[in-house]
Formats: sequence, C-alpha cells, structure tokens
Amino acid sequence: MVEIAEGCTLDSLPPMIRLVLQGRAAALDAAAGALGLDAVPPLLRAASGAGGQALRLGPFELMILPALGSRAGLDAALAALPHSLVDVSDRHVGFVLEGARAADILAGLCPLDFAPSSFPVGMVTRTLLDKAGAAIWRTGAQTFHIEVWRSFAPYVEAQLREVGRGISFSLLSV
Amino acid sequence: MSGVFRLAGRGRIDPSRPVAFRFDGRLIRGYAGDTVASALLAEGRHLMGRSFKYHRPRGPVSAGSDEPNALIGVGEGGRYTPNLRATQVEIHDGLVAVSQNRAPSLRFDIGALNTLAAPLLPAGFYYKTFMWPRGFWDKVYEPLIRRAAGLGRAPEAPDPDHYALHYAHCDVLVAGGGPAGLAAALAAGRMGARVILCDENAEFGGSLLADAYSRIDGLTAMDWVARMVAELERLPNVQLLTRCSAFHYGPHNMVALNQRLTDHLAMPPADMPRERIWQVRAREVVLAAGALERALVFEGNDRPGIMLASAARTYLHRYGVACGRKAVVVTADDAAYRVALDLAEAGVKIAAIADLRPVPGGTLVEAARARGIRILPATTIQRAHGHLRVTGAELAPVGEGGAVGKGRAVACDLVLMSGGFTPSLHLHSQARGALRFDDALGVYLPGEAIERVRSAGACRGVFALDAVLRDGVAAGLAAAGGENGPEWRVTRQDAPGTGGFAGALPRRGPGHLALAFVDFQNDVTAKDVKLAVREGFRSIEHVKRYTTTGMATDQGKGSNVNALAIVSNVLGRRPEEIGLTTYRPPYTPVTFGAFAGHARGDQFDPLRLPPMDGWARARGAVFEDVGQWRRARYFPRAGEDMAAAVARECRAVRSAAGIFDASTLGKIEVAGPDAAEFMNRFYVNAWTKLGVGKCRYGLVCRDSGFVYDDGVVGRIAADRFHVTTTTGGAAGVLNMMEDYLQTEWADLDVWLTSVTEQWAVIALQGPRAREILAPLVDGLDISAASMPHMTLREGSIGGVPMRLFRVSFTGELGYEINVPSGQARAVWDRVWQAGAACGLTPYGTEAMHVLRAEKGYLIVGQETDGTMTPGDVGCGWAVSKVKPDFIGKRALALPAMNAPDRLQMVGVLTDDPLSMLEEGMQLVAAAHIPAPTSAEGHVTSSYFSPALGRSIALAMVKGGRGRMGTGLYAPCLDGPPLKVTLVDPVFYDPEGARLNG
Repeated sequence: MVEIAEGCTLDSLPPMIRLVLQGRAAALDAAAGALGLDAVPPLLRAASGAGGQALRLGPFELMILPALGSRAGLDAALAALPHSLVDVSDRHVGFVLEGARAADILAGLCPLDFAPSSFPVGMVTRTLLDKAGAAIWRTGAQTFHIEVWRSFAPYVEAQLREVGRGISFSLLSV
Repeated sequence: MSGVFRLAGRGRIDPSRPVAFRFDGRLIRGYAGDTVASALLAEGRHLMGRSFKYHRPRGPVSAGSDEPNALIGVGEGGRYTPNLRATQVEIHDGLVAVSQNRAPSLRFDIGALNTLAAPLLPAGFYYKTFMWPRGFWDKVYEPLIRRAAGLGRAPEAPDPDHYALHYAHCDVLVAGGGPAGLAAALAAGRMGARVILCDENAEFGGSLLADAYSRIDGLTAMDWVARMVAELERLPNVQLLTRCSAFHYGPHNMVALNQRLTDHLAMPPADMPRERIWQVRAREVVLAAGALERALVFEGNDRPGIMLASAARTYLHRYGVACGRKAVVVTADDAAYRVALDLAEAGVKIAAIADLRPVPGGTLVEAARARGIRILPATTIQRAHGHLRVTGAELAPVGEGGAVGKGRAVACDLVLMSGGFTPSLHLHSQARGALRFDDALGVYLPGEAIERVRSAGACRGVFALDAVLRDGVAAGLAAAGGENGPEWRVTRQDAPGTGGFAGALPRRGPGHLALAFVDFQNDVTAKDVKLAVREGFRSIEHVKRYTTTGMATDQGKGSNVNALAIVSNVLGRRPEEIGLTTYRPPYTPVTFGAFAGHARGDQFDPLRLPPMDGWARARGAVFEDVGQWRRARYFPRAGEDMAAAVARECRAVRSAAGIFDASTLGKIEVAGPDAAEFMNRFYVNAWTKLGVGKCRYGLVCRDSGFVYDDGVVGRIAADRFHVTTTTGGAAGVLNMMEDYLQTEWADLDVWLTSVTEQWAVIALQGPRAREILAPLVDGLDISAASMPHMTLREGSIGGVPMRLFRVSFTGELGYEINVPSGQARAVWDRVWQAGAACGLTPYGTEAMHVLRAEKGYLIVGQETDGTMTPGDVGCGWAVSKVKPDFIGKRALALPAMNAPDRLQMVGVLTDDPLSMLEEGMQLVAAAHIPAPTSAEGHVTSSYFSPALGRSIALAMVKGGRGRMGTGLYAPCLDGPPLKVTLVDPVFYDPEGARLNG
C-alpha cells in the first residue's frame, strides 16, 4: 500500500488476463452466458459472474477479465459466432486508487464528474488521465481500478502522485 | 496603530497582528488584512509606480482588480512576479515588493523625460516615426522601444512552486460574492443544488465590505455578510472559494477559475500548490460581477492622490485608511456624496464637491449640504496640479452650452472622481452574450445570453441594495429551478446613483498639450483617441488597435466606456452605433505556472518507454524522441562518437548479427470472418491469396491516392491478420480503419484491436541470426527451407508465447520476435546471452536508418511528404491491378497521378564519395543557374554507408527513374555545388541474396 495523499493509496495490480471481445449482440450474449452473467452489462457498466468480469466499454465491445480456467468455455461459446477475441493481458497495467481523496485526485486529471450520482460504483469508461488514455472503473465508493497502456504507466503514476501532493489543500466537496 | 493615515477602530484589518514587508527596500508596517496599497496609503504614500510610456508618477486609482496604475513586482528569484496589482497583493511578513518602470528610483525617473516629448509621441507614433531609414528598425528603433516601453521584467529563474489543475462539476456556479452573489448562492444552496461560489477577493461581501451605511434585517452590511457566509459554510452542497477569479468563460458553461492559495501566506505548507485552476462544468452560471466606478478624463487626472471615490471609501471601511487630509470630490453621480460624508465623518476635510450636473439634488446631496460641505453645481475640474502627489485642483464652472469659465484653485492632497458605474460585462461577453446600450444609465448591459447563464445585480445595471438582493435570489432560484427563496429586509440604504459621465470632461481651451488620460495603464490620452478619429479611424476596434486604449492587462475595465464616449462625441454618433470592443479572456492576468499546472518538466507530455529501455540505459545508449517514445539511437562504446558507433553497429549487422528493440512499431489485430475482405478494401495490396503463415509488405493510401503508411502484414489464420504500422502512424492507421469500418463498411464482420503494446518486438538481424535463434525457439524449425523470408510462425521461446516473423528492414537474414511485452525483457536477455559468442551487437535507430537506406527501403514521412503515390516511391508493384476497389484506387487512376515527370524515388551518389549531402537539399540541372530557378528534386535521406565505404542518399527527382546515370547539382550554402549522379536506390545486395540466406 503506497500512500500518495492523506488517506489515499495507489497500488499496482499484479499481472492478469485481459481479453478484448468484439462482436455483434449474439457474440456478446454468448460471452455473458459463458461468464455466468444473466445479461450483457449495460453500456459503461461492469458485471461479475462465476467465469469472470465483463466491462462494457462500447456497444460492440467487452473487456473480459476471465476467472482462472474459464477461457476454454468462452472460446467454446463463441466458436460458432463471428467475433474477435484478442488477448491484451500485457498491453495494460492496472492500478488501484483508493481512499477518501481518490475521486478528487482523478478530478485533477480527468474532466469527468466523479460524484457518486454521475459515476456510480460499477461504472467503467475509457477516458483521459491528462494526456494518457485510460479506463477507469469504480469498484467501490472510494475505490477505482485504473487501466492504462503499459508505456503510459510511469507518466500516469507520476501524474497521480503529483496531483496527490497538493490534494489536501482547499478542495471542493460539492 | 502604524501609519499616520490609519484610523483607529476602523477597517477589517487585524490591529493585533502587525505585519512587516519591504517596498523598494524600505521596511513598511501594516496589519494582517492589508494589501500593499492600503499599507502604503496608511503611511500617506500614493506614489507606487511609473507609467508605461511617459514614465509618469502614478498611485492607485482603485482598490481592486481593475487597478491600472499601482503595478508592482512581488517576490524574489524564481518567485518574482511582475505587474501585480498593489491593490490586490495581500501583505505578509517577509513580503518583498518593488516598484517598476523607473530608473534610478521611483521618485526620480530619467524616463519621465518622455513626458516632455509627449507632443512628439502621439497615437500611432511608432508607425509614423520609425519608418525610415528602413534598416534602422531591427538594430536601433525596435531595441530602443522595447527597452523604453513595457512594464516589469520577466523572472529568470525556474519557478520553484507547483501548480494544480482540477475539474469540477456543479449545478450552479456563482461568479462574484457581493450582495447579489451571496443572495444567489443562498437561494440555490438552500434548494440543495451543488453550488460553487467564487470571489476574487480575500473575503466575500464585495461592495458591502465598504458600506457602513446600509442595514439589512437590522444588521450592518458587514454583519449581514458574516451571517450569510456562515450559513453557506454550513451547507454541505455549497463550496466557497475566495481569492479565486473566474477568468474565462468557455463553450458549454466550462468556466475557468484561478485560485491563489499561497501568495498571501508568509509560510505556506511545503506541498501546497501556489495556485489552482478550476475547470468548472456548470449546469447553470450566475454572474454577479458587480460594477466598476469610472474615472473622469481631465488634465493631470493621473497624479498620485487622484482616485475613484469608491476606492477611497473601500480604503476607509475595509482598511481603516484615510487616503488624504483634504479632498476635492468631482462627480457626476450621487454615490460620491456618500463617500464624502463617510470621509468627513472620519475626519477628512472635504474642500469641495464639484458636481458636473447643473442641479444636483436628492437625499444624499441634502445630507452633504446639511453637513456644511461646499457643493459646486455645474462645475468641472479643469486640471489637477502636482507632480509626485496632487497638490490642488482648478474647479471651473460649466456654462450653458458647455462653455467652461475661469476656475478657482482649490488646494487638496486627494481628488476623488466618480463618473458613475460601469457594469462588468466581461464574462457575459466571453460567453458570447449580446450587449445592449441602456440610454438611462448610459452604459452597456447584458443582452440575450447564449449559454445557460444569467447576470444579477450591478453587473446588469441593478444598483439599489434591496433590488440587488432580490435580483440575486431570483437568479439563484432560476438557476436551481426553485420558486421560494430567502427574503431580507433592507432597512436602510442609499438611493441608487443617478447621472454619470463618460468621455472627456468639458474644459476651457483646446488643450493641445493637456495630458488627460483615458487608459492609465497604456498611457492613452483623450487627444490620442480624438486624433485617431480625425485620422480616419471610425470603428472602435480600429481606434483601440491604433491607440492601444483598452489593450493593457486591465482589459480596459476603467477606460473602455470613456474611450467609446470620446469617439461617439467626435463622430457625432450614438454610442451603440460605435459598438464596444470585444472582451477577451482572461478577466484578470493569470500566471503561466497556473496554466501549465502539473504539465511541466518531464511530465509535460507522456514519455513512453519501450520494454528494453532499462537495458539500453544500462548500456549507456544515446536516445532520441520518436513521437512520445524514447528510443535508443545508438550504443557508443568508450571513445566512440555517433559516426563511429553507428558504423560499428552497421558492420556488426552485416557481418554477424544485431539486436534491436522494434517494440514501438504499431500493431493491429484484424480479426473476423471478413478480415481478408476488409484488408483488400483498406490496403492497395491484394490479400486474398496470402496464405496462412505468410507475410506481405502492405501500403495504405488515403483516398487521395497518396501514401499514408506502410508495414508488414502477417496472416495468422484465415480470419486473422497481424498488421504492423510505422511507429508514428499507429494511432492514425487504427483511427482510419475504424473510421471506414464504422461509416462505410459497417456490414463487415471484422474487428480491430490495437496490440502495439501487447507485443514487444525483438529484431534479430544478420547472417548469424538463425544460428543464435534456432536453439532458443521451442521445437520450431526455422531453417531456410522451412521458414523462408516473409513467413511467420506461432510458437514459444523458452516457454513464452511467440509470434515469429522472418522479415528484414536491414537487407540481412532477419527475424522479428514478438513476445508479450511483460515478458519481453527476459526473452531479450536470453537472446542476448545466446548471441554473445556470435558477436551479437545492439543497434539503435540510427544504424537501422542507415541499413534500410543501403537497401533503398523507404520510410513513410521521410521519403514521402503526403503527395507521393506508391508509384512515385517505387512501390507501384504493390498496387493490385485486379481488385474492384480499395482506398485511393480512383485517385490513382487519374492521369496526373501517373504523369512521367512526377517526383520519383532514386538513389543519389556524390561524385566525391566522401562528400555528404544534406537532407532537404534541392537538386538542380546545372552548376550555376541564376536564381530563381525550379528544382529537379530534393534529397530525402543521406547517410555515410559503412558497407559501401562512401556517402549515399535517396532523393525524389522529377521523372527520376528515367534519368539513371545522369547528373544533377546540389547547391550548398557554403561552397560550390556538389555534383551528383542518379542511380538505382538499392545500393547494397540488389539481388537480395543475403535477405534470403
């Protein structure tokens, strides 16, 4: 746990399997089924099933974080359907930003509104962290899972730390 | 109490907390709550600066952000900030401030001689005076003018502070915390809306902080403010920001605020940002920007000791400072009478009130009369006397028809002027809102708004306190969507001012030599504005640019309406026919540091590091920036310069083997049943017949037919391609693919995934590459027979999944080992160790460029410039003749795209093998052609080739392929032109024997 501001930690996530599934509705439905989900999550929402997690990043796109051993089932469910399933495990690195100031720190780099009413738990979206592309996923009231492309990680980490450095002074709370 | 002009028991400063600071080296004492201006005024000192052009002695005119005169430098070293308004700089222990634009001292300034030359320095004098001799401009005139003009100096040391930027969202943003703003914030806040209220001052209250007369719900104005602020602070949905200026109104209610966090602190916490920019996205905005009192334009109106009446009232009630002992008040508005009464009550003698109106009347006038103050109706101020401080004024009667009679001299040390109040329209105007001229008030008011914004209070011409509060509530409710708001009873208030004056005051005599300032900060006088009109400038925008009125950092806050009225009078046209100059951001100056925010130093732009960056750094590589990537350029050994290192690296690749981090290559996985069809439409090449496990060089054109990008494409499966792009083109190609897929070919079942950073690429190139690699790949036969040039295999290397491409950008036997980037370093280390015995050598981008040039391989963006067809760069063979369509096909069929005299890529050899051409050199037909002449072509790449032992170059030459063996000349900047011969661009191993080895 690395504290980057009072009551706020930033940690790197260990390597994990990440798959990008793209396809039409039938393919997304099939994948959701294979992951043990009732349905494909709505746009910009994440859902969790026995076979892993699905992040609905676009109309025709799911980012899938499969549970151990569930890849085969996913492949089988998709076999007969047009789709593209690409392993991007190493394309990204993940961070967890957690704490009372987490949303404030993100607001130093991202123009989205992180108020719980606008960005509730379970919401995920691709966006910008200053000049780097990123995906931000709110996994808890004060917890964000951040995915960035590997080469941008040092930049993003340094920016988060820099914003964290001055975050406790005269901040907004509305 | 320190300061002989400080009045005990008055003001909002804290007498229990004395503060000491330095101004021009002298120790000044004040109190917590003082500004530099109020502390100096408390010592009886008005002189605080010298003016821009004439170096006139100047003192503060205002008490706020509209101050044009009292501009000072604050801080030391990297923290030095020029041109801060002394009226806004809060003092703290240890503060160091200096006056500006004077030499050797503020009291005696040699530059003041400019005043004597004023008749020779009219508006536009630069354009008139410095025309001849032409050659003098650069060397003499411009440096002189630059030294003489300008205010302050730029700091030279790096800024040691850090700055922050934050995005914020709210339902209602209220800009301005005076009575209207407080009322609006409370009305919206009580509804539960997310409210941000900001004010540029250190505390909320605005005009109420200088109002000792009004009573609201029985409270003094200041007590009412305290109560309102306390309630707002208790509301969790309301955020209060002081020292925070709304300076930019962007599209869609994106409003930028600049919050100053540390400048007022003697010992700021270590990590506290100096300033923070808030980019606020507001659903609704309420502008409560207030109004600014106008100066009067008369001869000598810039003498220290002449200030706005409202400013004197602020210094009295906020800072407990009397700005003088004996005041003359010149006014065209009732409000100045309240100031006179307040000052008189505080012990300041009011020598006279000169009222421009023939019959001033009303409660305030009667009250002044009752107090025994001498009131002179229909009286103007002919001129003010004094130099470093005003010593007196000539007050003269204005007769019927405006003729000014002989005046009388009145001694004084303070002249207060009031030309009425100008609503602050800056933010409304920045939001593209319309303006309308109000005849009754004689000023512009906000007209129809475009954004979701509404003005409230004085900034829309509502001046009476009870009406201002109601207006604020109404605006707050409207913004928050409510109906019932707070109500307050104003139990005592002054009637709103009537009257007002704009333009130059009437005077006796033509005043050809009189300096009556319209724009104090830019030293623009009334006669400058009149001269501009006489010289034919009719538009206020042209007058502004010709005279520079309103162009200083104060944005013409005090001067615009006066300049407009002067133009209007001279032209005999109504003000609304003249228009008003555009208000541009920022409302008040913002530091560069705040704009930079956390994007400074290494964090200015993302620095993307490829997987083997650490390895290269440990080997002492020299790097170059390629877009956002930092790539190893070469790996010098002890004593080697770049040429030696690159030559050694090239020889190693040609004789043994080289290893190169090619991970930055763009990579796109194209997958789906229609992948081949998509590729056929997107690339100029044909893909249907490319077998699984085979590679092909692909070329992308825009629909213009010009080369856009290139790269090797491998077919992983019938429905899956591994596409590579150039490093710089990766994002552009993916975007273009998505663009076509989503808009033109949405029926295709094919999807794109960027895998640039999924796959790291280790290029292993050279005659011994196979020998090094073969033992490392797990059970894969990579023999020439099994895996010839332009093939690919999926497999693993030491257990790490791998896509192995046999491709070459060097002309040697070569492989590009694609492995997941998280494990690439381990694989690289293994290959490196395995190659040690074979002379494996790391090479960088520079050697890569030399090696490819020896083979005549083009680089998109180096040989091409966005106007080259595939045929131009020798790749006509790649363009499919049989495909029904592809991007660029129609354009490529145009006759002009196939004209024989198009620029074509050729090799170029200098006749002297050791002469080097420069990239970008023009090639011409003869050694000595008088200029101007047209070029036959230009050099695109030039290197020394270790393999050939001589210089080589690539060039684009008109009809070049038909001119092999002929000569051209490359003119040099220094020395005679170089003679060159056109040759085939493949300099090395033209048969490709090494490639296929």
